[in-house]
Amino acid sequence: MISLSFLYILVGLILLWTAVLTLLNKDQPRRFASASFWGCYALVFLIGDYLPHEVVGLMVVLLALLAGFGALSSAVPKMLAPEQLQQSLQRIGKKIFLPALLIPIITVVGVLVLGPVGNDSWRLLDPKNLTLVSLGLACVVAFIAACWLTRESPVQGGIEAKRLLEAMGWAVLLPQLLATLGLLFNNAGVGQAVAVLTETYLAVDHKLIAVATYAIAMALFTMIMGNAFAAFPVITAGIGIPVLIMQHGANPAVMAAIGMFCGYCGTLMTPMAANFNMVPAALLELKDQHAVIKAQTPTAVILLICNIFLLYFLAF
Amino acid sequence: MDVVNLWPLLGIGVVMLGFLLKFNPVLVVLVAGIITGLAALMPIREILAQLGEGFLKTRTLPVILLLPLAVIGLAERHGLKQQAQNFIKNLKGATVGRLLTVYLAARESTAALGLTSLGGHPQMVRPLLAPMAEALAEQRWPSIPERIREKVKAMAAATDNIGLFFGEDIFVAFGAIVLMHTFLRESGIETDPLHIALWGIPTALCAFAIHAYRLRQMDLMLRRLQAQAAGVEGNSPTSAVAPATTSGDQV
Repeated sequence: MISLSFLYILVGLILLWTAVLTLLNKDQPRRFASASFWGCYALVFLIGDYLPHEVVGLMVVLLALLAGFGALSSAVPKMLAPEQLQQSLQRIGKKIFLPALLIPIITVVGVLVLGPVGNDSWRLLDPKNLTLVSLGLACVVAFIAACWLTRESPVQGGIEAKRLLEAMGWAVLLPQLLATLGLLFNNAGVGQAVAVLTETYLAVDHKLIAVATYAIAMALFTMIMGNAFAAFPVITAGIGIPVLIMQHGANPAVMAAIGMFCGYCGTLMTPMAANFNMVPAALLELKDQHAVIKAQTPTAVILLICNIFLLYFLAF
Repeated sequence: MDVVNLWPLLGIGVVMLGFLLKFNPVLVVLVAGIITGLAALMPIREILAQLGEGFLKTRTLPVILLLPLAVIGLAERHGLKQQAQNFIKNLKGATVGRLLTVYLAARESTAALGLTSLGGHPQMVRPLLAPMAEALAEQRWPSIPERIREKVKAMAAATDNIGLFFGEDIFVAFGAIVLMHTFLRESGIETDPLHIALWGIPTALCAFAIHAYRLRQMDLMLRRLQAQAAGVEGNSPTSAVAPATTSGDQV
């Protein structure tokens, strides 16, 4: 069965390759620190499952310190010479879209066609992580297609991956680190503490105010946690069920659906949702790391207000 | 009743303060994690173990981000961006706002069918959508300032997010629906997952309407700023008038 561990090995190899290239590049500033970051990150993917959790924890601290204190550097990218690029544009033309489009297309085909392959005891693709595994396969196929189309070696592919990784810098680490913080928050009882506070201090009798409180609390707590999934159980247990459903008789399906969307409005406005908000700013090499959040905020605020009224009129 | 320890809330404070004061986010998160653990009276060893365990469990997040990079990088090296920009420049009547509105509609509706992988920042926004939007902005306003160019690119990323978020949640088999259904059931409330999905549709439509309106406003804003810039510099008036004539209902 092709499972997540196959993807982890792929990612580990990309990271390890980045580390090796960094180490060999004598012109790159802070190359030892950079290489130890990518190398350490690679080890988490390649052998993390075999290490005690405390050791992985120490590696996480090391990664965060290296990334946080600016150890990551980037090599000067060696682009194609203008005449070579012209040649490529002529020769490959619009076919250059093919590898990029192959990724989503093969992912979907993989889910639909390869997903059901197998029997009760054995499946070709891990059914629990079907889309991800399928995405992994799609990237492998697209990579082969890209090498063939551009007549480049897989080594050059690794160099290009390194270029994009370096463009992102510390933002690469942030989504995973934030998700880890979310789990730690859970285990430390942050959710219970918030629930206790909301139950103690928010006694809401008026229906519209109750609805608005639930909606805004979902958005705010999502902004804090960076994830509407983490906010939903806490805020729904604290305000949604006791006040909206028990006291005012709201329809649970409507409340849940719109409540989760209120959380999504929060996701659009927080740096904590790094993979949606901070990473794209890094990927697009924007100077303002909050540029994407700023672009999203007006839509999110107007939609949150709409949600309050939708909830008020549809749930009762 | 047990007394709930409120001290772990300190971690939330650290995160908010750290982001407000613009410390490096990676360091903020690390410090917040350690303080939260200490406030919950965990020994250092336990905090490290929690960090390690959590980090291993969340390895799927960078997978989505890192796997497409080699493919996209190779394609970019051989002119993906240039081809995308040439393609969009030859479409008649295309503007930044219209391009992004069409993308929003496509992203939201495919996500609603569960096809969330048909987009995303590394494989769609960086190599294709953002360069296209940039090319359209540049075509109409060749001397577009860097600051405005960045706004256009950021809006491309924002549009991908908004389409994804408010589309995927009306797909019944999506994780959020399962989470809501399970949580309500554990709390003793029975719901039908299909109802939860269907009641998401009004918000999904509102999200599309609001963001499409904002994209239209962005087109108007670009035109207004360009006219202003042309006025200040005293350039030939044709450069300011030309884009306005293509759909000159306001200005």
